[in-house]
Amino acid sequence: MPPADRPAARARPVYLDLPRIRLPVPGIVSILHRVSGALLFLVGIPLLLAGVAMSLASPESFAQLRGNFAHPLAKLVLLGLAWSYIHHFCAGVRFLLLDVHSGIELAAARRSSVVVLVVSLALTAVVGARLW
Amino acid sequence: MVTRREAVGAHYGLKDWLLQRLTAVLMAAYTLFVLGVALWNGGFDYTLWRALFTNGAWKLASFLFMVALLFHAWVGVRDIYMDYIKPVSVRLALQFLSAVVLLGYLGWTIQILWGTHA
Repeated sequence: MPPADRPAARARPVYLDLPRIRLPVPGIVSILHRVSGALLFLVGIPLLLAGVAMSLASPESFAQLRGNFAHPLAKLVLLGLAWSYIHHFCAGVRFLLLDVHSGIELAAARRSSVVVLVVSLALTAVVGARLW
Repeated sequence: MVTRREAVGAHYGLKDWLLQRLTAVLMAAYTLFVLGVALWNGGFDYTLWRALFTNGAWKLASFLFMVALLFHAWVGVRDIYMDYIKPVSVRLALQFLSAVVLLGYLGWTIQILWGTHA
């Protein structure tokens, strides 16, 4: 079919029935890249700065910060941020590789997206094990 | 070539795309470096942690990391706003607010890094 006659070239209906759209794994990695990035912007950066400031102020505040990390809720937040950073990092490396046309074939791209998901969760589990 | 420009705050170019990748590489390198220092020393106690932050090279590396992070965050949140926030007035207001917050973070970074003396 010539391009102009393809249904896609005409005014397209928007189909965004989110519960019915099945996202492939690379799509999941992509949206999680965005979600983790947003979390790091909203929560990660201010907490990082506040934490580093507190850790450097005095031996007492350093110890107090350590003490804060012992709270279960703080551990949960840290774990969430750890996953965000690790996932964003791993997915980012994958995107950089795709940029230089490494692994862009469908099968390879699917495989690498599964690797990103699994490795990120595994590394987050390591952080969790250290926290608890 | 872009013929219909919209007020999205983007520069329609390679620049932001490239910036996002260069800052990513810089941050990844710093992250692995700090992780390496942590593993090498078996974690940080206060004395070592503070000593690191009185070192000029460490300050500079940390500063560059934060500058990269703030640029990276700027491009990232702006992309999110451009995708999901359709009313231009709301979008530009959010972008302005985010830019101000990020600039504030830069100031805070400088205060922390150069407010730490031996």
